Amino acid sequence: MSTVAAGFERARGILPRPRGVWGFVLRRVLLGLLTLFLVSIVVFAATQTLPGDAARAFLGRNATPESLATLRKQLHLNEPVVSQYLHWLGGIFRGDLGNSLTGSQQPVTSVIGARIENSGVLMLIAAVISVPLSIALGAIAARRRDGVFDHTTSIVLLALAALPEFVTAILLVVLLGTSLFHFLPPVSLIPPGGHPWNYPKELVLPVIALVFAVTPYIARIMRASMIEVLESDYVEMARLKGLREQTVLWRHALPNGIAPAIQVIALNLAYLAGGIVVVEFVFAYPGIGSAFVGAVHNRDLPTVQALGILIAAAYVFLNVAADVATILVSPRLRTSLK
Amino acid sequence: MSGVAAAAAPLALPKRRRPIVVLLRRAWRLPRTKVGVLLMLLLVGTALIGPFFAPHDPAAFANIPYGKPGGSTPLGTDALGRDVLSRFLWGGRSILGLSTAATAIGLVLGVSIGLVSAYSRGLLDDVLMRIMDVILAFPSIVLALVAVSTVGPKLWLIVLVVGLTTMPRVARVTRGASAEIVERDFVQAAEALGEPRAKLLLGEILPNITSPLMVEASLRLTYAIGLIASLSFLGFGEQPPAADWGLMINENQQGLTIQPWGVLMPVIAIALLTIGTSLIGDGLSRASAGIDRTGGE
Repeated sequence: MSTVAAGFERARGILPRPRGVWGFVLRRVLLGLLTLFLVSIVVFAATQTLPGDAARAFLGRNATPESLATLRKQLHLNEPVVSQYLHWLGGIFRGDLGNSLTGSQQPVTSVIGARIENSGVLMLIAAVISVPLSIALGAIAARRRDGVFDHTTSIVLLALAALPEFVTAILLVVLLGTSLFHFLPPVSLIPPGGHPWNYPKELVLPVIALVFAVTPYIARIMRASMIEVLESDYVEMARLKGLREQTVLWRHALPNGIAPAIQVIALNLAYLAGGIVVVEFVFAYPGIGSAFVGAVHNRDLPTVQALGILIAAAYVFLNVAADVATILVSPRLRTSLK
Repeated sequence: MSGVAAAAAPLALPKRRRPIVVLLRRAWRLPRTKVGVLLMLLLVGTALIGPFFAPHDPAAFANIPYGKPGGSTPLGTDALGRDVLSRFLWGGRSILGLSTAATAIGLVLGVSIGLVSAYSRGLLDDVLMRIMDVILAFPSIVLALVAVSTVGPKLWLIVLVVGLTTMPRVARVTRGASAEIVERDFVQAAEALGEPRAKLLLGEILPNITSPLMVEASLRLTYAIGLIASLSFLGFGEQPPAADWGLMINENQQGLTIQPWGVLMPVIAIALLTIGTSLIGDGLSRASAGIDRTGGE
């Protein structure tokens, strides 16, 4: 909300004045693309030009002058930095991300391909569960403001928000996977080529860990937003008409309370893109996140670059979607742009 | 009689206190702040004093791997047969030191950029804030991992990257809070007196935004602890054979079913530490919102 307004205010200085809603959407998308371009430069600069040559980093102590030279050639490290970058960027558009340095040196795209589905399913299920759950929690807490439910959820959510994802994940493993109860697998063994939805038990713990990571923030903003709505005149009116409290809450107040929360919802879904890195690693879940950690361990530069830009792109995309969705659902912002 | 007294009380001018003192006093009245401070003292105490009570050398082999608690190893041994209790007592220093350093770097850089941005406005403001936006366009952990992949798991790098990802959030808060201060008369008076720019920013504007900065600092510390613990859990922080809470969890996760203490102790410590700092942060932000509502005592 305020970030949209602020971003809009600032963006106005750079780009021409928007014409209505679609002008705003267009500008926001363009800014998103610009951000993505800058992100690609940062990823590239951080991996290819930082001190510590990528070829030497990968080969480590086993490096011989010949193997170093070969790898430098393969990674185009001998060319000028700008042409290296353009070559890499061009490759992204052609769908060629280079070859992985490890194992059978297969193309990075084929390494990523299967894992995108796994990570996508994980994020999607986490989103589908956490969004309605947190909206309901926030709405009920607002309705029973300062009651037992409100105070309890407030403290529990504050604690959950404070915990790093891997701590939540490990605690879940301890509680449900190993020490106390044994009914869920502590490690997500999904064989290559298998679809995650065929292994529902393997999905449970990673999904809960991600849900716990994003629910607190959405629930908190939802509570604040609903408190404001419940004090408004039209809710008062609905109550005076003699409607049942349940109807007032869920049919009249909730739809209006969600609008200001949409930004936070989308931002938190974007947050899932980063959250999968650690959570997948804990459960050895075969997705983008664990592949990324593995590639960093192996100093497998082309894979690190590809996955880094992929996760960042998902993040930027969801951020843009957050702003666009907010503008589309909130009448006040929409009219102020006219 | 009593009516007169009650009416007179609010009129009595409160002693002028610095806003930061008012904020801390108000925050301290909330039970959650007390609990937070207690948890933090407990964990910081464990990290600082703990090593003096460690029964074994944290890197020395004490018994068979994954040995059960008992005898000279009250919490058993880890994956390599080292004493879990000793490693736990030693393992808090690095995470606390690194996250404090990272938060400090983020605060110094963020406050400087935020102040300059708010004061200069115009093009410089736009450019600085755009740069902050680009850093925010990454999930922090991805930025950290990309840097680690080339340079290697160096501690200075982790501190620097976490500091850099802390910076934009601090800069935004600083800029937002000082935007209104910059317009005030005393700033213009100082300008007219020809005060040097740096003195103006640090001497006139900074003291007026300490409350929001305190709140932000505690939030950022929670975030830095989480991120640094995550990185060392992934194996990119302290390197073996160092005793470090994040690394301990990583090393002993395989043996969770046989000997859970090597994982449980550091997990609980990190959990209580982050909950503690975030309770303090929540207390401060509630107190600060209360001050805003009453028009700043």
